[in-house]
Amino acid sequence: MIWLLTVQLSIKSLWLHPLRSLLTVLGILIGVASVIWLLAISKGIGDEARRQIESLGADTIIVRSIKPPTEKLSAQGVTPYGLTRDEFEMLTRTIPTVRSAIPIRELRRQFQYESRVIDGRLVGCTPEYADANRLKIARGRFISDAENFQRETSCVLASKVAERLFPVQDPIGKRVYMPESTDFYIVVGVLEPKNATAAIGGSLAAQDFSSDIYIPIKTLQQRIGDMVSRRTGSSFEGEILELNQITLKINSVAEVKKSATLIEDTLVIHKRMEDIAVVVPLELLEQARTTQAMFMVFMGMIAAISLLVGGIGIMNIMLATVTERTREIGIRRALGAKRSDIVRQFLIETTVLSVVGGASGILIGLLCGPSVNLARSIAQWYAPKTIAQLPDVIRSVQPQILIESIPVAFYISLAVGILFGMYPAMRAAKMNPIDALRHE
Amino acid sequence: MKFACRVCDLKKEYVLKSETVRALRSVTFDIPEGDYVAIMGPSGSGKSTLLNMLGCLDLPTSGSLFLGDDDVAKMSDDQLAEIRSRRIGFVFQSYNLIQQLTVVENIQVPLIYQGRLGKKELERCQALAAMVGLGDRLSHRPNQLSGGQQQRVAIARSLVNDPYFILADEPTGNLDSRTTEEILQLFERLNGEGRTIILVTHEDEVAKRAKRVVRLKDGMVQWDKMNTEESRILAAQHAIENMPVEV
Repeated sequence: MIWLLTVQLSIKSLWLHPLRSLLTVLGILIGVASVIWLLAISKGIGDEARRQIESLGADTIIVRSIKPPTEKLSAQGVTPYGLTRDEFEMLTRTIPTVRSAIPIRELRRQFQYESRVIDGRLVGCTPEYADANRLKIARGRFISDAENFQRETSCVLASKVAERLFPVQDPIGKRVYMPESTDFYIVVGVLEPKNATAAIGGSLAAQDFSSDIYIPIKTLQQRIGDMVSRRTGSSFEGEILELNQITLKINSVAEVKKSATLIEDTLVIHKRMEDIAVVVPLELLEQARTTQAMFMVFMGMIAAISLLVGGIGIMNIMLATVTERTREIGIRRALGAKRSDIVRQFLIETTVLSVVGGASGILIGLLCGPSVNLARSIAQWYAPKTIAQLPDVIRSVQPQILIESIPVAFYISLAVGILFGMYPAMRAAKMNPIDALRHE
Repeated sequence: MKFACRVCDLKKEYVLKSETVRALRSVTFDIPEGDYVAIMGPSGSGKSTLLNMLGCLDLPTSGSLFLGDDDVAKMSDDQLAEIRSRRIGFVFQSYNLIQQLTVVENIQVPLIYQGRLGKKELERCQALAAMVGLGDRLSHRPNQLSGGQQQRVAIARSLVNDPYFILADEPTGNLDSRTTEEILQLFERLNGEGRTIILVTHEDEVAKRAKRVVRLKDGMVQWDKMNTEESRILAAQHAIENMPVEV
């Protein structure tokens, strides 16, 4: 009962200086909201990175061919580099933990249907490619094993290619022309739209699946071959490359790291040229987890500092209030208030301030997602160019509010109120009632 | 005879800039229940120090001070606070009401610190407000009241805990003569109802209205005498006659 009365009293006292109390509350509010916001944003960024790595699969090992630096290539002619089909066979046959493997060859190509032309990526692969990259079929089907074996000229279109080449027609059964190799491919399937994956670290480039055409890899090998040449003006550029990538699925996640070492050893011949890279998403995932944890600790510290500032704000205001209300303290002491009564009174005042600040901070904190989106669309409206230059993560991050951060932020604000209210309250209680009564 | 307060060889010294000031050298007097005492004295006589002791706001260096049966001189800070909330009614020169509280709430303050918050107590506070003539201003704030009204709230507050005595420190110091008269009449009425009143003042006109005057000088009692009933009536008449006429 006395507590309730003291709370009532403290609200009355705080209401005497609404602006001052409001500003003090604001300090805590910003602190609490920033705890929630910063944690939510760093969680969002981290989750995004993890989601992208996880989409590669934790049981996956990716070996990619890398175009070696020019000084490592011989001066004359075109040097073959990168992964070979023999190595693909070697990996699948010798490494016991490999469950399945997909050979991949990628080429920049023009695609044409009637008068419509689009630049895109021609991907030679096996049927497993669709599963490994989570491609979803909208119509028709993906390429089959039989087609690969028979070196059929069937192809599957990614959503954007289908949209551009066949704005009104049904693409299934139509023939897409590739002017560079003077080939026709028959469309057997169309994919659903898929978001581009962001680059992961330095080892895996971003992939935009939207302008791809998929054909069986054996067809690609037979009809296009390994040698790709391009004439630019008078100079001639060419490369000889059998496979761009081998995606390996390993039996169990526990064996991934061992298998990766084994694969590196098997492909040791490439060491000198540095023309391949072994990417282990599992390792990236673990890295991403530590990075995220560090990031969150860092953000948490920033938020803690803003809470600290809020706390100092409370202390500052309460010290001023105590001085200003010395007379009231004297009166209360004369009328029978014990020191503990005075401590309680001022402590409850700071607690009310910090609880109000904490509660409203949580409300503002919960608005994190919508406000980030709003800020982004406003920025998009006023400065689209600047936005386009921003890193992908910033453009696409969706803050994830950590449920734990809400009670934590609230208790921290409460603790800040009590902690920083303690000193002013003690100072008020220590006052000599006689002097306090005489205070003007 | 029952005593509201007994002061026995009370001494108070304090050190001010390495110099010992003997504020009270030795003060002894008794205040029986129902008395109306004015404590007088020039500044530096120990008047305020004695007031602080009587109000249990400060402890004596030596000697004893009995409020009822309790020797206050040896009490802890919390015990003193307890005594203040239960046994003493303060009235100050500058009213000392709490600005953010209403009239009733101000009257209630000493009860809050006794933990008495019931409906009965609230009714008592309202009754006291009505008794001092502020029954229609229960939810006014101090800044909405005149000085005299504020002082009457303070008097009501001093009565709420049914104290051994009302300790009034220059209660009319900030008031004009008309309001002073109102307050003094209120004191007389309360004294007539059996309340013990200790009034610290330096105004002779106010002291003359009390039953008894204790004059301090240099930390000791200079004289302690009774005012006769006639002289009190005379002083009251004199005060009323000399009141300035409103134009």
